[in-house]
Amino acid sequence: MLKTKANENLSLAHLSPGERARVVSVKGDGAIARRLMEMGIVPGASVQMIKSAPFGDPLEVRVRDYHLALRQNEAQTIIVSHKTNE
Amino acid sequence: MSIGVHSTDQLVISAEKNPHALTIALAGNPNAGKTTLFNSLTGLRQKVANYPGVTVERKEGDWQVKDGSEPARLIDLPGLYSLDATSIDEQIARDVITGKVKDLPVPDVVVAVVDATNLERNLYLATQILEYHVPVVIALTMIDIAEKNGLVIDIGKLSEKLGTAVVALNVKQKIGLETLSETVLKIANTKSNGANWQLSDEAEKTIASLTTSANGHATIERQTIITELYGDELPTDKKRREVVLKARENLKSANPNFWQEPLLARYAWIENAVHESVHHKQEEKLSTSQKIDSILTHKLFGPIILFVVLLLIFQTIFTWASLPMDLIDGGFSALGELVRARMPQGLLTDLIVDGVIAGVGGVIVFLPQILLLFFFISLLEDTGYMARAAFLMDKLMHGVGLHGKAFMPLLSSFACAIPGIMATRTIENPKDRIATILIAPFMSCSARLPVYTLMIAAFFANKTVFRFISVGALLIMAMYLLGIIVAVCVAWILKRTILKSPAPPLVMELPPYRVPNFVTIIQLMFQQAWLFLKRAGTVILAISIILWALATFPQMPADPTQDEATHKSEQLRNSFAGKAGHLIEPVIQPLGFDWKMGVALIASFAAREVLVSTLSIIYNAGDGDDAESESLIKAVQDAKREDGKTAWTPLTALTMMVFFVLACQCMSTLAIVRRETNSYKWPAFMFVYMTVLAYIVSLVVYQGGKALGFA
Repeated sequence: MLKTKANENLSLAHLSPGERARVVSVKGDGAIARRLMEMGIVPGASVQMIKSAPFGDPLEVRVRDYHLALRQNEAQTIIVSHKTNE
Repeated sequence: MSIGVHSTDQLVISAEKNPHALTIALAGNPNAGKTTLFNSLTGLRQKVANYPGVTVERKEGDWQVKDGSEPARLIDLPGLYSLDATSIDEQIARDVITGKVKDLPVPDVVVAVVDATNLERNLYLATQILEYHVPVVIALTMIDIAEKNGLVIDIGKLSEKLGTAVVALNVKQKIGLETLSETVLKIANTKSNGANWQLSDEAEKTIASLTTSANGHATIERQTIITELYGDELPTDKKRREVVLKARENLKSANPNFWQEPLLARYAWIENAVHESVHHKQEEKLSTSQKIDSILTHKLFGPIILFVVLLLIFQTIFTWASLPMDLIDGGFSALGELVRARMPQGLLTDLIVDGVIAGVGGVIVFLPQILLLFFFISLLEDTGYMARAAFLMDKLMHGVGLHGKAFMPLLSSFACAIPGIMATRTIENPKDRIATILIAPFMSCSARLPVYTLMIAAFFANKTVFRFISVGALLIMAMYLLGIIVAVCVAWILKRTILKSPAPPLVMELPPYRVPNFVTIIQLMFQQAWLFLKRAGTVILAISIILWALATFPQMPADPTQDEATHKSEQLRNSFAGKAGHLIEPVIQPLGFDWKMGVALIASFAAREVLVSTLSIIYNAGDGDDAESESLIKAVQDAKREDGKTAWTPLTALTMMVFFVLACQCMSTLAIVRRETNSYKWPAFMFVYMTVLAYIVSLVVYQGGKALGFA
């Protein structure tokens, strides 16, 4: 019966600094998608946007207790949803 | 030219070892504290080489697991995140664990180094290793930091959940090392349970059907089948290959993302284990690293601080290196004189003094710079700042089609291309790595400075524009810029032609800042320097001797009416090198160069700064082999061509400088490229394209300058 207003899906690249979300899926089936998932970005994992680099790219995110840098391009393949509970 | 360096790459270790000694592999993520543990277990008894046929570093050491018995062979695997074999490092690691590397037995135990502050991701690799059914002991590092962060880890529970031994370590304070040894001895040669995660029912059914059809050791087979189904390795047997491909199709029709299944299953398994054994004592607070990063990767301060850090490093390299460089230079000269005084006059003495000692000395003189550079690169790497530099510069590098990680190697190349090229190892994609290697020598290295200095002192000294800006300073800056611009253009072209590959993705860990471990840094610095000397040394020696021979033969009879300097100069004119200078004169004439400059150019293909000493010999300038020597400057200014015209004009000097920015005149660089790319193709390509490019640009500069009325 939960109202899922804040639950619309968006990409990791759309999060603002400090915002947390949960990974829904990782698009693609190439080496990059595989590497992202090996690094712990799997559906259900919690991610937090930390900041973007001086020229807007790459991005720094926090996942599974560590910090990861990735570009906008890669971040756009990661679909997340805002946490409704917690 | 034959460059025989490869044989020194191979290690002969196995023969001298007791076959009963244990073989232990050390695996772990980058930044998990693996190197510190390796150093602590082996002391400084280590050997560094390459795995056969690839440039993956192979580090091995002796570990005295038990007092009084044969030490174990400890193999330090490259730092990696996964065993899926998408990179060479991963392939090698998997081969070592499964015993596929020639002269290495299947390890008796694998020590999986796991960073306690970053458990889940670190356990991913450990889980994959467990799947190979080798005995695994998990070495939990950074336990003190984890405790400080408020993590309480129940080691017994974690071990139970993972089904393998877990030992908590504090390597710095030597806590837990004995338990680690005991555990290794206890589990060696036992059978491991593997990692018992499960896939979806559909997938498990498929696997079960394949294991039974393959009949036999079901536990081993499960792992093989999972690799075949979800990895890139299909069975070689044609019949089985078809079965596996069919199974893949079935799985795919049920779930298009079926390849993700083992990945998800591993993480679910890990999350469960961690959830049961780790408790957070306090609320997560902003980490120290994050606080530091709020300044160091700040949008405005970040780049400024990076600029200042780099400036300080280069300032230090140039000031600190100058004293030892002078000492080495003086040392080799003294050694040469000593040998000349002690040995009878003759060809052999000349060979040793002018060929071997002078040639090798001319390269070793750069060793202080190389050592310092390696020191700073290791320091930045060890503290965690290197990843931040790549983070800050990635956007710029990406614009050229390169990786943020290419920034540091290119920057190092301003001091010397050799450490720069060796530092490209952190770039995973081989094409990006080669593109970076190919443009690194365009960065004006310190060996070009003597050439620039001589040209400017002779033709642009005391000239200013707008009364206060010195033309010399402007020119030096222009030469640095020219190198950078050409490098950018070449990278752009390479990435769209022969090294075409999609823009490299950036998925890079920003490790927590750590207090650097100076033992590790100093050790790394000497290891790298030693590799350089060993690999490049043989080539340098060979080419030095060849160049000496070219400048010495055919021999001129001594003429008692000539003084020694005149004789030397005459000798060089009539030597093969002199003749080669004449031979190439028609080719270099359009650049404004005469045959004497041709001789100097040929000699400087060994190393750029040789131009100065060769000009000094050929112009008979006596002792003036220093770029700031008055006699040499005067000799260059007064030099005449055969037709009596002045040999050098400011335009010729400028053209020469441009040629030196772009040409590949450094045998050490070629030797190191040969080693790092493991092929003769790339150094040959580098030599040819740089030289052709240098020729074309110099031609445009000279002819353009002439057309504009500059003489």
